[in-house]
Amino acid sequence: MKRILLVIAVVALYILHQDFWFWRTAHPMIFGFIPIGLFYQGCFSVAASLLMWLLVKYAWPTELEREVEEQVPEEDSAH
Amino acid sequence: MIPAIVVFIYLATVLYIGIFAFRKAKGREKAEDYFLASRSLGPFVFLFSLFGTNMTAFAILGSSGHAFNNGIVTFGLMASSSGLVIPLTIFLVGTRVWALGKKHGFMTPVQMFRDRWECGHIGTAIFVVQAVLLVPYIIIGIMGGGTTLNAISGGLVPFWFGGAIVAMVVMSYVFFGGMRGTAWVNTFQTILFLTFGAVALIVIGVGMGGFRNAAQALASSPALAPLLTRERISPLYFFSYTFIPLSAIAFPHILIFCLTARKMSQFKKTVIFYPICIMAIWLPCVFLGVMANRVADVPEIRAKQEARRVLATQGKTMTPEARDDLREKAAGDDVILLLLKRYAPLWLAGLLGAGIMAAVMASDSQILALSTMFTEDVFAFYGGKRRFGEAVQVQTGRIFIVVITLVAYAVALRAPETIFELAIQYAFSGFAALSPLLVAALFWKGSTKWGALAVTVWTALAVIAVAIFQHSIPAPAPGPPTIFWSLGGTEALSRTPGGTAVFGFMPVVPMVIVSALLMIVVSKITPKPKATTLARYFH
Repeated sequence: MKRILLVIAVVALYILHQDFWFWRTAHPMIFGFIPIGLFYQGCFSVAASLLMWLLVKYAWPTELEREVEEQVPEEDSAH
Repeated sequence: MIPAIVVFIYLATVLYIGIFAFRKAKGREKAEDYFLASRSLGPFVFLFSLFGTNMTAFAILGSSGHAFNNGIVTFGLMASSSGLVIPLTIFLVGTRVWALGKKHGFMTPVQMFRDRWECGHIGTAIFVVQAVLLVPYIIIGIMGGGTTLNAISGGLVPFWFGGAIVAMVVMSYVFFGGMRGTAWVNTFQTILFLTFGAVALIVIGVGMGGFRNAAQALASSPALAPLLTRERISPLYFFSYTFIPLSAIAFPHILIFCLTARKMSQFKKTVIFYPICIMAIWLPCVFLGVMANRVADVPEIRAKQEARRVLATQGKTMTPEARDDLREKAAGDDVILLLLKRYAPLWLAGLLGAGIMAAVMASDSQILALSTMFTEDVFAFYGGKRRFGEAVQVQTGRIFIVVITLVAYAVALRAPETIFELAIQYAFSGFAALSPLLVAALFWKGSTKWGALAVTVWTALAVIAVAIFQHSIPAPAPGPPTIFWSLGGTEALSRTPGGTAVFGFMPVVPMVIVSALLMIVVSKITPKPKATTLARYFH
């Protein structure tokens, strides 16, 4: 279930990147000088970082990590 | 002259870092130490060097130049989409490649493909396509170095000499320091150009008397207001561009870098902070590129705006050559340098110039990757390592670095820069079209070497076809595209002012989709690798 939710979050963020709703307008200007389209995409970058944090926290390939860590000490001791 | 001196101090510093890395290396004659820093990079160096490796001159010069002519769309088009796709591919593919490299001792992607699909010469074919697509980056890096040193020194350092200095410095620290030197230099460079964005924004903002007035003035000018929106780019083109960052993980230098982490947990910070790092460098550069349109007292910027205006109003009646000439004049790749020259004090212009040089000199990883690929995928694979030993393999890698740098420098002196800029555009699409190779190798048991060959041949043919098409049909004036082929009233293939469109999409979209389909269809009808091989990859 957790993985499905994460996949949905990735697809949702990808769709949110196509923000056609701010396509032809610069207003409102955030802080008086940042066009809304640029501000939105800046916020999108922060959201992407948060999504990556969720992926790392809840979908990290721990089994691969364990597998390598188990194998490497064996190799080291063989040398 | 002061900025040039600061830049020379910077160049001496990176050279010293490379030599210091050489002295710190314990197993100098070991290929794994020289080419992969003994797979020992820590989290901080891994994050900054991997990010720095992926940021070329385009991150500072190209982004502001593109934004100068196209507006704020540049950020969503190239930066925020990369901020989602690149860390996602590092998370899904990079970590798995790292684990396989650690388990089976792979040093290049081709080694993994050969083992995974039980093939030899098909691996060589993949190597050839990867190498050909990578070479333009090295050439453009040297050209960028020559151009930037020339601009920063106010013309005192000629292009040929600037290019030679940059080539020598890069060659030296890669030659001595190998992956360790390159990673350390990249870390230093990344810190420099991340600082660059923030400092440049403040200095230029203060110089312009704040951005509020400039932004309001742009918004109220009918000719310039579209730069604050995305109306100059079609939504289909915008969507297409999200396929381009797939190229990042398929670049051999990025994938080889993924093999250098000491532990898998070192990917965590890289994956999480990658979007923020991209934003930190691209957002100020894009914003400044747009704001440069309000700078009225820099004659070079006014000349660019005039060229853009003439191209838009009279372009249709001009010859293709005259249009190309105007496009070159309107190109904004040096606007950020012009803004610094206008607003930054001399000493600061030098420091910021060093930041720009840091981004321009990103060709180090590509040179090292080509050397790693040549020595592992060709020299070692065809018996060189067995016959002459590992020390000779490392020396061969070093000789290769010298040869490739000298060849790249010689080409950089003779060929026009636009050719290689175009080649890089094709290379992005080409590497994106190669990305299904990685997905299939890592996630699909049913993939075969014949599927991999089909993807490789298709990628090579598609890149050549797009290059020939764009060379044969001149770019039209800004406005509607030249329709080459229509299907039932729909524009199937057209030449746009910026490139090619296939059903309104950039060529990268059909290239990636056809690659994936070829991998599926050809693999379905060809024999699979042995069960024992598959067992090493899938549980």
